[in-house]
Amino acid sequence: MEQFAVLIRSKDRQPIRYLVVDDSVFARKNVTKMIEAFGGKVAGEAGDGLTAITEYDRAQPDIVLMDITMPQMEGIEAAERIIRQHSDARVIMVSSVGYQENIVAALQKGAKHFVQKPVKAEVLYEVIKYVMGEDAVAVEGAAAGDSK
Amino acid sequence: MKMELIQPFINAGDAVLSETLQCSTQIGDVNMDEEVYRRKGMAALITIQGDIEGRVILDLDTKTAAAVATALMGSPVAETDPAVQETIFELSNLIIGNAVTTLNDQGFRFKIHPPELHTAEQGIHSSEDTEALVMCLDTPSGSVYMNIAMRYNRRRKTERAAVVGS
Repeated sequence: MEQFAVLIRSKDRQPIRYLVVDDSVFARKNVTKMIEAFGGKVAGEAGDGLTAITEYDRAQPDIVLMDITMPQMEGIEAAERIIRQHSDARVIMVSSVGYQENIVAALQKGAKHFVQKPVKAEVLYEVIKYVMGEDAVAVEGAAAGDSK
Repeated sequence: MKMELIQPFINAGDAVLSETLQCSTQIGDVNMDEEVYRRKGMAALITIQGDIEGRVILDLDTKTAAAVATALMGSPVAETDPAVQETIFELSNLIIGNAVTTLNDQGFRFKIHPPELHTAEQGIHSSEDTEALVMCLDTPSGSVYMNIAMRYNRRRKTERAAVVGS
């Protein structure tokens, strides 16, 4: 995988904490590898939307990476519920189904961005940087793990 | 042949496999004759409902399925490991999701269902209104077969014809 400048939180220079939501274990592992390459930390995982809501309350992550098509509760509804309870939540939708209606629906519910699967690390990195804005800083020359 | 329905699946299969396996793939045999189709091993079935109806089966022999899972997981996966099915299901989700995105951009609306394990030995035969096609994508991990059977939803087709004719 490509080398990335470590992304850390501006306020305390700690790793960005992520909640990874996907019903596929493989997809979660794949995204986790990318997060680690960005110097981030997986604070929680969920395999469906309903669990994602409780995991968000427990883990209080900086970013949620949320699949759309999942059992029990789909990602767009879960994102809406999380954002309704936590207006500052940063939810990025990650799905293989990337058509306009899905994207618009997710953004209307408060999601910050959309990344189409298969996820490219360089695309996800840029989206995370954009969504975190001034709340994150990229540390050039630092390897993943240096900031922890 | 309703190639406008099938082409997005071929393109998505090619693109997703080369992206996820980080390799070049080659489109091998494409066959319309269902008589020759027999399930190869690990097969994931995804059903599509809406303006277009049908199903896609992603089918790999057990050795190839384990090799693909190993490549995607980044560590050795045995043929009997449940991670093989999990990986093939996610791979089929990626391919169908990308194909559906293209078809949706062309104006078709539908819902895709989560993958199920396909246990039947044969696929669906072609008929007057259902195109059934078996194609093979060759990768360094082995051959990946896609069995695609699609048709326009009759009611939607009539509605579309009325709009075009008006």
